[in-house]
Amino acid sequence: MLDEAIEAYAATAREVGNPSSLHAAGRCARRHVEESRERIAAALGARPSEVIFTGGGTEADNLAVKGIYWARRAERPGRVRVIASSVEHHAVLDSVEWLVRHEGAVATWLPVDEAGRLDPATLAEALDDDVALVTAMWANNEVGTVQPVADLAALAAAARVPFHTDAVQAVGQVPVDFAASGAAALTVTGHKLGGPVGVGALLLGRDVPATPLQHGGGQERDVRSGTLDAPGIVAFAVAVESSVKSQREYAARVSALRDALVDGVRAVAPDVIYNGDPVDRLPSNAHFSFPGCEGDALLLLLDAQGVACSTGSACSAGVAQPSHVLIAMGNDDDRARSSLRFTLGHTSTQADVDALVAALPAAVERARRAGLIKSSR
Amino acid sequence: MSGGVDSAVAAARAAAAGHDVTGVHLALSRNPQTYRSGARGCCTLEDSRDARRAADVIGIPFYVWDMADRFHEDVVDDFVAEYAAGRTPNPCLRCNEKIKFAAVLDRAIALGFDAVVTGHHARLGADGLLRRSVDLPKDQSYVLAVLNREQLDRSMFPLGDTTKAQVREEAAARGLSVADKPDSHDICFIADGDTRGFLAERLGEEPGDIVDALTGAVVGSHAGAYAYTVGQRRGLNIGVPAPDGKPRYVLSITPVTNTVTVGPAESLEVGTVAGERPVWTGGALPDGPVECEVQLRAHGTPVPAVVTLVDGVLTAELRKPARGVAPGQAVVAYRPDPAGDIVLGSATIS
Repeated sequence: MLDEAIEAYAATAREVGNPSSLHAAGRCARRHVEESRERIAAALGARPSEVIFTGGGTEADNLAVKGIYWARRAERPGRVRVIASSVEHHAVLDSVEWLVRHEGAVATWLPVDEAGRLDPATLAEALDDDVALVTAMWANNEVGTVQPVADLAALAAAARVPFHTDAVQAVGQVPVDFAASGAAALTVTGHKLGGPVGVGALLLGRDVPATPLQHGGGQERDVRSGTLDAPGIVAFAVAVESSVKSQREYAARVSALRDALVDGVRAVAPDVIYNGDPVDRLPSNAHFSFPGCEGDALLLLLDAQGVACSTGSACSAGVAQPSHVLIAMGNDDDRARSSLRFTLGHTSTQADVDALVAALPAAVERARRAGLIKSSR
Repeated sequence: MSGGVDSAVAAARAAAAGHDVTGVHLALSRNPQTYRSGARGCCTLEDSRDARRAADVIGIPFYVWDMADRFHEDVVDDFVAEYAAGRTPNPCLRCNEKIKFAAVLDRAIALGFDAVVTGHHARLGADGLLRRSVDLPKDQSYVLAVLNREQLDRSMFPLGDTTKAQVREEAAARGLSVADKPDSHDICFIADGDTRGFLAERLGEEPGDIVDALTGAVVGSHAGAYAYTVGQRRGLNIGVPAPDGKPRYVLSITPVTNTVTVGPAESLEVGTVAGERPVWTGGALPDGPVECEVQLRAHGTPVPAVVTLVDGVLTAELRKPARGVAPGQAVVAYRPDPAGDIVLGSATIS
């Protein structure tokens, strides 16, 4: 967390008050929340009333996908199709699949090219009058590819279909302006930009219908009931404002560092494959496939050297699964399993990159030996 | 780290001894909900969480390794095939031989580790000799006796000098929440403990005769010879009582004719046991007869014997006959020793 976010959190946490209460302490908390709402709206090109606070990105994605689906279907029963990109985060992916299994939804998954990029033409072709909503992420959490969100949103808007975008990875990394994007709903979360874990928001256009997932006190336009977490929201707002303000400078610095990382990795592992869009990508993201290696073996070895990196995802028992993103990009299981993501942040330095590049050759050699054993049985 | 108390304490001891320890939990089920779900309040998901929690408390890295395919081929399929061939396999032994001290060990060595540490109750000291645990009722040297010299040289069993009760006490003292987790008993891949049902599902019903060895008469029928084990007495459902009125036992299983042969207890007695695929880790290969004891099944009572090893066949002449010697089980030779009986070698009973 950013220091200023921690300080804002602690200062607010020391005050008592439920923002929904009418007494003085409640009014004070309410003021903090509403000021935060205004700051977030201003930073992201939204109106304050469009900011719906949630308990993080997953909840905001669930609210957008299920809430908009239910509301649109209620308006017209035949409207059951959900168009989604095939590289969504599981918060969107699994929400769509849940709607298919339990709520009669029909999913249309938009393909991506080998760089993980959506082609707006595929959306144009898929749009029809039975579509409840379109959802496509602003930038991919695994391979970092930035999507042509404005083009997609414009197509959806022309078809009068709400367009949701999961911008969890994008805010603070690339310029994000809700109004200018043309999206009807946008997900943002605190912990990806130096704020606290467990607080996020759905930016939801005033005229976009959404059925609530949870019911109770009627907070947040009656769309998201529940006592508001004033300290978390204040810290979240501080982080959003700070990361948006410093985005340009941050992106320049971190992408230079990232490029140094990519050059360094290529120098010591010449057969490495750099995944994702080489240009339109998050400044902090570097994603590779290491042929012949398993990503989880590399992770283990690099972790032991103090380098924290990520493979795709694991099932609930902890078994590594081949990434659906890499598969959607046209790769086979082996290539997907051989991949590894390095993410830089505002505290990353050239020394961190140097440490990775120094640790990598031995790790790749060992992981390759382990990979040979598995395939040679 | 299985998620049980033994491997947790073994990992903690190895870390406390100054080793650079990484916890590994093996995912062995292709469908993580199917093994041991429900019945014992114990399943792979919960076990993997328990193991991870223990690793966190110990302060070591922890990873799940997916060994499901190898486990299925080398242990589960082998288990079914052995039963189909009329033998009685020991899957824990096979898992040690093929998975824990082979697939896992090989991968670990390739990744730069020096050894595999497990929570088995057995001793393996600086002399390289595998000995029984001090806790004889919990001793697991029998299921480790299949390991060869290369495997043993890269293994560590930190619990061999400790009783199970002490292991639990130590786990509690170390703040490991698995301290009072119940022991696992049954075969891990047979959720409900119904081995016969598990086999029937895979091998199908194959009705055949139960034949009396003395009279040659058909005395009953069975739904599949694979469901029987030499020495078994219960569940035979023989309609015709024996002439002498004494109970009858399974003497042999003949898959070719799908026949289960039964007879009196005396006919179960075996004086000579032959074993194939021998390993010998208790010193140089013997060039003559070795006076020792042999154990013929897990938790079986050791029997004095003379063992010879000729042309890849281990032969044990028993000093007094043993009953219930089932092909497919291991014959393990021990040399009695005040510092813990020493595993000399083992072979698969043929």
